[in-house]
Amino acid sequence: MDWLEKFPNIDDDVLRELKKAIDEGFRAFTRAYGDAIESFFDPLQYFLIQSERFMTNTPWPIIMLLIGAIAWFASRNWKIVASALVTLALIGLFDMWDDTMKTISMIFVCTVMSIVVGIPIGVAMSRSDRLQRAINPILDVMQTMPSFVYLIPVVMLLGIGKVPGLIAVVIYAIPPIIRLTNLGIRLVDRDVLEAADAFGSSPWQRLKNVQLPLALPTIMAGINQTIMMALAMVVIASMIGVQGLGQPVLKAIANQYFTLGMFNGLAIVGIAIIFDRVSQAYGLRLQKHRQVIHG
Amino acid sequence: MADRLQHEQAQREAQRQAAHGVGIEIRGLYKLFGPNPSLHIDKARAGMSKTELNEKHGHVIGLRDINITMPAGCVQVVMGLSGSGKSTLIRHINRLIEPTAGQLLVGGTDVLAMNEADLRAFRRHRTAMVFQKFALLPHRNVLENTVYGLEIQGLPRARQVEAAMRWIERVGLKGFEDRYPNQLSGGMQQRVGLARALTNDAPILLMDEAFSALDPLIRIDMQSVLLDLQKEIKKTIVFITHDLDEALRLGDRIAILRDGEVIQQGTGQDIVLRPADDYITKFVKEVNRGRVIKVETIMEAAAGASPSRVTVLAGTLLEEAARRLTESGEQTLHVLDESGKVCGRVDMQRMVAAMVTPAGGH
Ligand SMILES: Nc1ncnc2c1ncn2[C@@H]1O[C@H](COP(=O)(O)OP(=O)(O)O)[C@@H](O)[C@H]1O
Ligand SMILES: [Mg+2]
Repeated sequence: MDWLEKFPNIDDDVLRELKKAIDEGFRAFTRAYGDAIESFFDPLQYFLIQSERFMTNTPWPIIMLLIGAIAWFASRNWKIVASALVTLALIGLFDMWDDTMKTISMIFVCTVMSIVVGIPIGVAMSRSDRLQRAINPILDVMQTMPSFVYLIPVVMLLGIGKVPGLIAVVIYAIPPIIRLTNLGIRLVDRDVLEAADAFGSSPWQRLKNVQLPLALPTIMAGINQTIMMALAMVVIASMIGVQGLGQPVLKAIANQYFTLGMFNGLAIVGIAIIFDRVSQAYGLRLQKHRQVIHG
Repeated sequence: MADRLQHEQAQREAQRQAAHGVGIEIRGLYKLFGPNPSLHIDKARAGMSKTELNEKHGHVIGLRDINITMPAGCVQVVMGLSGSGKSTLIRHINRLIEPTAGQLLVGGTDVLAMNEADLRAFRRHRTAMVFQKFALLPHRNVLENTVYGLEIQGLPRARQVEAAMRWIERVGLKGFEDRYPNQLSGGMQQRVGLARALTNDAPILLMDEAFSALDPLIRIDMQSVLLDLQKEIKKTIVFITHDLDEALRLGDRIAILRDGEVIQQGTGQDIVLRPADDYITKFVKEVNRGRVIKVETIMEAAAGASPSRVTVLAGTLLEEAARRLTESGEQTLHVLDESGKVCGRVDMQRMVAAMVTPAGGH
């Protein structure tokens, strides 16, 4: 009756061999292509460093002005602008300015990467049901897999540092933008699309003039979610060398510094709220002409 | 070089057609909806009924053996109840829907033989379309919507705006260029739809129930706008409607569609006076005949007589003739041909008899 009490698993040796074989295969792959892959990501490294240098080297009043201006142009709402500036001021007062700037820079680059990679995938998905069927389960796995797991292959492949961190964050945060781009394009009014066809639009004109603009509010919702997920992942990515607000949190956990953890945690919440409000307000503004006023 | 030659040739062709108009010829057109239409087309040809084909083989007959010749510069109305296949038919003309079988010639060119690029050029330069639900781009204002056709043709911006502004003014939207579609009433939105189509300056205008979504008064207003415009633009207009009054008012020729088949075609007068079957008879019973029948249709021969006090030109509608007669207090009027000679005579009794629906007709 042994097999009733313990689930009959594959023989331990076989299992060990299997895991070893996969790991070794992956290690061999890393040895063979690791350098090539690393140099492939060089431009990304450059982008990351430049962005971080800009955020940390620019005098704080200019950064405040810049963020305030972006918040204003996106939301046209002075309350949102004011709360963004107050949040930043508090962060500065509690001596978390540099780490916050590093995190914002990281989020910015991650979001840009997610958009650059995610929107074309979403567009491709919206055009082919077969591709949609193939990609959807992958996205499901990406969203439910514990985020730590991403760190392992990325670190094996690229080691510790900014770029592996970025890749881990993008993998974790990209699904919403892909999903909502696909959804937004699929929901575009068929009548309007037909009109675009009737006037002789090419596939590219149809995408550029009709599908993307009409899907934009939905895509914006995806971008908003992506930013939020990237923020959550940035803390975890600090374990593999991403600098910013995540590292003090990590230190706080290791040494049981409650207040340090709390302050940095609140700073993350603060910038999350800024990003969220600003991008949502922008999404809403995009919808201004969609609501039906007349029948 | 060859490209430029081709382009010039295309331009000359377009000019020639702009001068003489472009007719549309539909021959033996069939459309089956379903997973494998070509497999079942022979059954449809052999006359299998719509229900039988649907129940036994899971295919819907959209159109069956359509033959219509639409002369250049005329308003061709296609009329039928909802689900009769009107939208399917009009979408074949610019090939938004591919036929299962049949021929489609526009200005003598075989549209079904066109490849993707040709078809795009055809849609850009030879056709323009107005839609029942307007189908405006919600994120573009009136001007930006109106230039759409020219914009995708890649015309210089100044030319786009110039043409668009002319038509925006012509359809009565001057001053509304910066408004967005959702800030306009239905009637105004459809004016934008019309301006957008006219700005394309294509010889063919396709209008799928363009006025059906509008309130009755606005609809009549838009019909007048279209009739006025047509005097000036003389395009080949294909106008879809489910409303017989609208069909009779607008159509030089009318084709009546039922369950995907043309059951009668001809002028409005033909249809009102000689309905092909009970179905059409029922339709035309409620029609105001005075606005459809022309005096020469019911006149007695009176060639060469000297004109009486009341005369009307051939082509005058009974309602107008009756009004003139009533105002004059006379009992009889004479009908004149184009040269001004008397060609017939109509008296009051004859006129009233023609204007009321024949008793017992159903
Ligand atoms: N894509 C399609 N698939 C299956 N049946 C269709 C499709 N499009 C139209 N039909 C059928 O063809 C018939 C004619 O439709 P339609 O042309 O839209 O009619 P109308 O415009 O006259 O109301 C209807 O019975 C409709 O159900
Ligand atoms: Mg229809």
